[in-house]
Amino acid sequence: MDLGEINPVLLIASLMVAATPLLLAAIGELVVEKAGVLNLGVEGMMIVGAISGFAISVETGSPWLGFIAAAIGGAVLSLLFVLLTQVALANQVASGLALTLFGLGFSALMGQGYVGIKPPDMADIHIPVISDIPVIGPILFQHDPILYLGIALTAAVWATLKYTRVGLILRAVGENHDAAHALGYKVIKIRILAILFGGACAGLGGAYISLIRVPQWTEGMTAGVGWIALALVVFASWKPWRALLGAYLFGGITVLQLNLQAAGVAIPVEYLAMSPYIITILVLVILSADKSSAPASLGRTFHASH
Amino acid sequence: MLEKRPQPSKMWSYATPLVAVIATMVFGGVLFALLGKNPVEAIGTIFWEPLFGEFAFYYRPQLLVKGAPLVLIAIGLSLGFRAGIWNIGAEGQYIMGAIFGAAAGLAFYPLEAWFIFPIMVMAGALGGWIWATIPAVLKVRFGTNEILVSLMLVYVAEQMLASVSLGLLKNPEGFGFPGSRNLQQYESAYNAELIAGSGMHWGVVTALIAVIFAYVLLNRHMLGFHIRLTGEAPRAARFAGVNPARLVLFCLGLSGALAGLAGMFEVSGPSGVVSIDFNVGYGFTAIIVAFLGRLHPVGILLAGGLMALTYIGGEIAQSQLGLPAAAIQVFQGMLLFFLLAFDLLTNYRIRAARSEVA
Repeated sequence: MDLGEINPVLLIASLMVAATPLLLAAIGELVVEKAGVLNLGVEGMMIVGAISGFAISVETGSPWLGFIAAAIGGAVLSLLFVLLTQVALANQVASGLALTLFGLGFSALMGQGYVGIKPPDMADIHIPVISDIPVIGPILFQHDPILYLGIALTAAVWATLKYTRVGLILRAVGENHDAAHALGYKVIKIRILAILFGGACAGLGGAYISLIRVPQWTEGMTAGVGWIALALVVFASWKPWRALLGAYLFGGITVLQLNLQAAGVAIPVEYLAMSPYIITILVLVILSADKSSAPASLGRTFHASH
Repeated sequence: MLEKRPQPSKMWSYATPLVAVIATMVFGGVLFALLGKNPVEAIGTIFWEPLFGEFAFYYRPQLLVKGAPLVLIAIGLSLGFRAGIWNIGAEGQYIMGAIFGAAAGLAFYPLEAWFIFPIMVMAGALGGWIWATIPAVLKVRFGTNEILVSLMLVYVAEQMLASVSLGLLKNPEGFGFPGSRNLQQYESAYNAELIAGSGMHWGVVTALIAVIFAYVLLNRHMLGFHIRLTGEAPRAARFAGVNPARLVLFCLGLSGALAGLAGMFEVSGPSGVVSIDFNVGYGFTAIIVAFLGRLHPVGILLAGGLMALTYIGGEIAQSQLGLPAAAIQVFQGMLLFFLLAFDLLTNYRIRAARSEVA
């Protein structure tokens, strides 16, 4: 065992990379849940985003087009969730599960020709001088653009929810859809837009795994990240900055256990590999006591029948 | 526009699964056509070959082998789903049941005795029960979301499976290959067919007993009434004195035990070996089975048979027509989609639109 080989600077830099898919998916789901909808299909939308992004960037040679395709792919799948829960008024838990099961199968089908291929590289940004500062440079200024997009999105969602009228309406719909309806807001329309936004974010998160983090395509490669993102929203008490903090925490655990595996610690690999999931459970237990911040209409179907 | 029915339509609640199956066949056919296969031939292969084709004598027993774990798991899940308790980690409970069951059997190896198999059955149920009781206790004690916890435990169970196949339960005479001793070659632990060539093993019998048990529980027993009441009118249930904590522990525990049994019967019978790729997603497919069967025991029995048919038919279509395995997974997912969508007609009536101020 040689823990001295773990380089703290690289550890923090790779922690940020590991956290980004989680962050993107969690921010999307946070907006969806703020609108009062519980979409358990995050895992399915992520994996569809992962293969859409992968396929398009391999075909076109452009990772940017790949990420755009991933966002569209995730949003299209979430459209199925819209049809089920907002049009057909189906149970949201069951519909979310359906979305995940369908997404896993569909992505495996789409990805058949893409196993073992290397996707085009997305260059890390490099700002002269700043990026070369020791320690701070590699941690803060030497990443791919999507990582910064994740942070920017967090800030944008935070500001929108807190300071804008759109954010206020979204929260009103999520807290009490009957009251929002009585005030004349289009509950269903707002929820549909929120779900589509969530789908696009999950798609981006999935593509980040297949294009940058890994980067290759394997079936079921999201391996529960979508579910951890759902837990992260609870962890964050539906607050964007806490979602960022949580994502970095989980990213840190993932990277640390991988580093410990590589360093040959005396703990069996399987036990290290299960640690992120166990820690997710522990965090859920600790934070479940306070339910006060959950949107009051979360998971309830709205139908303007009265 | 939609108008909520005062009571769910009986007719549509029976009709929606059939309509969903037909819609899935149509859209599945379109999917197969897009993959360059003849849709009629593909659908025919999936639904006809296993039952009435040339080699049906081989496939029909397979229906029982594949259907039994699905029905067993789905029966357990349906009780919780009815009460709004969402155990979606049956896959993990299935794995733990298999590990516990196989470990109990292998602990006696090479002793041959009649009591080994019953002990394995109990150990399998215990393994699944423990794995499902974790989210139940956390929910009751701390209010933790059981959906996320039970699902996280699937990934933990998969790592456990990898760990024991490479370590604790590895076959000492296996030339270093991962995986346990083959229980099929250990007579006291082998869950053999009860009638040779029928596919009927103890897991099938247990699944049938579970169906009857669930039917009696839901229709003739106070606890079953409480489960239904909690799902349909949670407030009324509280006034009627239903203890929600007890219900959570019961529903999750029972569904875990049944999933554990399914895993144990699989590992000691058709599969025989604890290995890294032992689990094939029955725990997730069972969710589709439970909904397709309308969370009703008899419905689940029929739905389990249908889903087993798509598994076996899918395998035939894979070898004969080169249909990708993932296409069958999509097909099964589609079924759940259409079912949920058409369920609208059970609870709502479609009326000609009146103009009104939105």
